[in-house]
Amino acid sequence: MAFINQHLLTLILFFPVLAAAVVLCLPNRNLKAIRWTAFGLSMVPFLLTILLWVQFKAGQAGFQFQEQASWYAAIHSTFHVGVDGLSLTMVLLTTLLTPVALLASFNVTDRLKAYMFLFLLLETGMLGVFLSLDLLIFFVFWEIGLVPMYFLINQWGSEKGEREIWKGVKVQSRNYASLKFIIFTMGGSLGLLLAIQMLGVLFQNYDLPVLYQKWNSLTTGTLLGLPVETVKTVAFWAFVIAFAIKVPVWPFHTWLPDAHTEAPTAGSMILAGVLLKLGAYGFLRLVLPLYPVESARYAGWLAFLAVMAIIFGAFAAYGQKDFKRLVAYSSVNHMGFVLLGIAAAAKAAGTINATIALNGAVLQMFNHGLSAAGMFFLVGVIYERTHTRNLEDFGGLFPLVPIYGGILIFTSMASLGLPGLNGFVSEFLVVRGSWPILTLYTAIAMIGLLFTGAYVLKGVKNVLQGPMNEHWGEGEHKITEINMREIFVMAPLMTLILVIGVYPAWILDVINKAMMMLFH
Amino acid sequence: MHFPFLSIIVFTPLVAALIILLYKPEQKKAIRITALSAAVFALAMSLWVYFTYDKVAVGYQFIEKYNWMPALGISLHFGVDGMSAPLVLLTGVVMVTGVMISWGIDDRPREFFAFLFILASGVFGVFASLDLFMLFFFYEIAVFPMYLLISIWGWIKTREYAAMKLTLYLFIGSVVSMIGALVMYWTSGMHTFDMLVLETAKFTPTFQKIWFLPVFLGFAILGGIFPFHNWSPDGHVAAPTAVSMFHAGVLMKLGAFAALRVGIMLLPQGAIFWAPLIMGLALVNIVYGAFIASVQTDFKYVIGFSSVSHMGLVMMGFATLTPEGLTGAGVQMFSHGIMTALFFAAVGMVYDRAHTRQIPELGGMIKPLPLVGIGVIVGSLVSMGMPGFSGFIAEFPIFMGMWKTHALVAIIAAISIVVTASYVLLVVRRVFFGKMPEALEGHIAPIRNLDKIALVLLMTLMIGIGLFPALIVPWVQTGVQHILALLGGA
Repeated sequence: MAFINQHLLTLILFFPVLAAAVVLCLPNRNLKAIRWTAFGLSMVPFLLTILLWVQFKAGQAGFQFQEQASWYAAIHSTFHVGVDGLSLTMVLLTTLLTPVALLASFNVTDRLKAYMFLFLLLETGMLGVFLSLDLLIFFVFWEIGLVPMYFLINQWGSEKGEREIWKGVKVQSRNYASLKFIIFTMGGSLGLLLAIQMLGVLFQNYDLPVLYQKWNSLTTGTLLGLPVETVKTVAFWAFVIAFAIKVPVWPFHTWLPDAHTEAPTAGSMILAGVLLKLGAYGFLRLVLPLYPVESARYAGWLAFLAVMAIIFGAFAAYGQKDFKRLVAYSSVNHMGFVLLGIAAAAKAAGTINATIALNGAVLQMFNHGLSAAGMFFLVGVIYERTHTRNLEDFGGLFPLVPIYGGILIFTSMASLGLPGLNGFVSEFLVVRGSWPILTLYTAIAMIGLLFTGAYVLKGVKNVLQGPMNEHWGEGEHKITEINMREIFVMAPLMTLILVIGVYPAWILDVINKAMMMLFH
Repeated sequence: MHFPFLSIIVFTPLVAALIILLYKPEQKKAIRITALSAAVFALAMSLWVYFTYDKVAVGYQFIEKYNWMPALGISLHFGVDGMSAPLVLLTGVVMVTGVMISWGIDDRPREFFAFLFILASGVFGVFASLDLFMLFFFYEIAVFPMYLLISIWGWIKTREYAAMKLTLYLFIGSVVSMIGALVMYWTSGMHTFDMLVLETAKFTPTFQKIWFLPVFLGFAILGGIFPFHNWSPDGHVAAPTAVSMFHAGVLMKLGAFAALRVGIMLLPQGAIFWAPLIMGLALVNIVYGAFIASVQTDFKYVIGFSSVSHMGLVMMGFATLTPEGLTGAGVQMFSHGIMTALFFAAVGMVYDRAHTRQIPELGGMIKPLPLVGIGVIVGSLVSMGMPGFSGFIAEFPIFMGMWKTHALVAIIAAISIVVTASYVLLVVRRVFFGKMPEALEGHIAPIRNLDKIALVLLMTLMIGIGLFPALIVPWVQTGVQHILALLGGA
C-alpha cells in the first residue's frame, strides 16, 4: 500500500502501457479475451484515480503526489509529475472515459488487438500531459498522443466517403481527415516546440515551478537581440496557437469536424471527451501562469476568438445534415465557453469574478467531456443500426426505440444546458464570471447559447420526432433498441451528468480551491 | 598493455572476409554462417567496449599503439572517445543486421560478404583510428568496396552510373581532405600523424582558416552535405539492400565523423570562423532535403533524400559548436544510422517481393508483412522527430544549439519537421495500408525469421534510446567535453 501511495501517479500514468503490453500477448483470434482484458485492465487506472481523489488534499497549495526522476540530464529535463485540483479533475475524466470508450468498442472486430493496444497507449499519452510538471515531458506526451489517434482514425475510421482535394484527385475521407488532424496539430505545435527550446536555452531548466518563477521575473532587457517584451509576445502567441488548434478555437477548428466525423465511435468519444481538453489545459497550466501580462493584454483577442467559436460553432452545427458533424461542431461551440472563461480570467486575474469564470471553464471542460462522449456514442449506436448519419434519413424513431430516444434526449439536454444537468452549472459560472469583465463579448455569447438550443433540438427532432420513416419500421431494416452493453456505456456518463447538475459542490470544491491557489 | 579490443574489432571483419574467400563458391551456407558469426562476434566486442567505457574519465580509452612506419611518424593507433564509441557500436549493429537481411543473396554470396566485410573493417578502422594516416587508410578501404558492391549486385538500371558517381565524388572529397592533412603534417613540424599530438599543434589562426574548409568539406561530402549531396540518393537507390544499410547507416556517419575529428578538432579556429557557412549549408540540407524527399515516387529515393535532410541535422549540430548541438549531433549519428538501416532493410524486403518500389504501385503491405510495416512506422516516427523515439532525443538538443547561435536558423529548420511528418505518413499509408494492387495479391511471401530478428533489434534500439536517453547521451557528452576544450583552448 505504501508503495502504491508513493508512486500513485506513475502507476496511473504507465499502467495503460502495461495493459497494452498484456493485450498484445493475447491470441489474435480470441476477441472476447482481448475485449475483456483491455476493458478490465483499463479500470485499474480509474480505481487508482479514485484512490488519488480520496487522498488528495484540496486545500493544500502546490502540487501533490510529486515524483521526480532523472530523464535527460544533458539538457536538464527530469521526469517530474504531480497533481493539483486542475489536473486531478482532468485525470479523473481521462481514466473514466477510457474504460467507457473501450466498452463502447466491443463491436469492433477488425484487428481488435492493435485497436485496443493503440487505445491504451493513447490513454498514457493523454494522462502524461495532465500530470507532467516538466515542460519537455509535457511536450513529449503532447505529441505522442497524436500517433495512436492518427492510426485509429486512419485505420478504423468510417470506410465510406471520398473527398476531392485537388482538381478531381480524390482521397478516402478518413485518410484526409487523419492526416489533417496530425499535421494541423504538429504544425501548430512547432511554435510551441521552438518556444520550449528557447526557454530551455535561457534557463537551462524545464521544471515548470522553476520556469513560472524565472520567466516571470524576467521583464526588462534584451533577449536574442530583441526587447524581452517582444520575445515574450511572440512566444505567447506561439503557445496560444498550439493550444488554440487543439481546443479548437475558431478559425483553427477546421480539422475537428473532419477528424470527428471519420473517427470510429470510441475515437470520437475520446477525441471530443479528452483530447480537446488538452488544449484548454495548456492554456490554464502554461499560458496563464507563464504569460500573465501578455494574457491580460490580449485577453480581448482571446475573447473575440471564443465568441466567434461559440457563434459560428452553433451556426455551423445547425447547418449540418450529418448527425455526427452536427455533434462535432457542437464541440467548437461548447469549447468556446471554456476559452471565454479563460479570457475573462486572463483579463482580470485575481478578482473574484475571474475565479468564478475559471471555475466555470474547468467544470465546462469536465462536463463537455461527459456530454460530448455521450453524444458521439449515441450517434454511433444509431449509425451501427442504420448505416447512415444523414439526419434526413431518420425521423420519428421514438416509438421504435423509446429507451434510446430517452437517453438521447437526456444527453442532448445536458449539451443544451438545461438547468438541473451539468452543462447549465458550468456555462452559468462562465457567463456569471465573464459578464463584469467582458460584458459585450459575454452578451454576444449568450446569443450563441440560443442557437445551441436550436441545433440540439434540430438534431433531436430530425431523429426522434416527426412523421416516422417507415423504412426503419419493419422488415430487414427494422431498427433495434439500444442493448444492455450500450446502456452500460451511457450509465456512468448520465449519472455524472445528473449528479453534477444537482450537486456540483463535490467537484467544484476541488476546482475552486485549485483556481484560488493558482491564480491569486 | 590491456586486451586489444579495438584491434580485434577492426580486424575481425577483414579476417572473416579472407576466411570467406577460402570457401568454395557453392558452400553458400557455410559462407553465410561464417559471416553471421563474425558479425555477431564484432558486435559483442563493440558492446563490451561500449558498456565498459568509463563515462567519468574524459578522453580516449582502450588505447592501443603499435609502430607502423616510425620514420614518417605513422603508427597503428586506436582509441575511442564518447563520440566514436557509439559509432563503433552502430557499425556492429548494422553489420549484424545487414548480414541477417542479406541471407537470401544467391548471386556470388562469397564475394558479396567478403567485400561487405572489407568495407566494415574500413568503417571500424576510421571510427577507432587516432592516427591521421591510418584514418585515411581505412577511409579508402571503406569507400572502394562500395564501388564493386553497387556495380555488381546493385539495381540493374542505374548501378553503373551510381557506382561511378559515388566513387568519384568520394575520392575527390578524400583527396582534397588528404591534401589538407598533409599540409597539417608538414606545417606542424612534429613529424607525426598522431591526432592526439596534432591536437596540440597550435596552428596559426590564418592557417586554420585557410585549411579548415577543404578538410571539412572533403569529408563532409561523404556526410552528404549540400551542394555535394547528390551522389548519395543515387548511390542508396542503386545499392543492394545490405549495402544501402551500410551506406546510409554507417558510411555517411564516417564522413560526418571524419569531418568532426579532422576538421573541427584539429582546426578549431577554422571551425569557429567558418561555422556560419557550414550552418547555412546544413540548413539547406535539412529543409531542401525534406522537400525533395516529399515529392519522390520511388520508395527508396524517399529514404535517400530523407537521409540528406537528417544528415544536415548532424552537420548543423557540429556547426553550432555548442555543447547541446554537438551532443545532439552525436546522438543523431547513432539514431539516424539505426533508422535508415531499418528503412532500407524494409524497402529491400518489400522490393524483393513486389519487384517495384514505385509508391503508387504498392499498397496493403501490412497484411502479408506486418512486422515490416511496424518497423517502417517506428522508423517514420523517429524520422519526424516524434518524442519518445530516438530522433527526438537527437534533434531537440540540436535545435537548442541553433537557438544559442542563431535563433532564426532554428525557426527555419523547424519547417522540415512538418514536411517530414507529412511525407513519411503518406508513404507509410500508401505502401502499407489501403488496397493491395491485384497484381501483387498472393505474391507477397512472409519474411524470414532472421529478418524479423534484425527488425526487432533495430526497433528496440530506437525506442529504447527514445525513452531512456541515458543509454547514449552520457557517452556522447564525454566526447563533447573534449571537443569543447579544444574549441575553447585553441
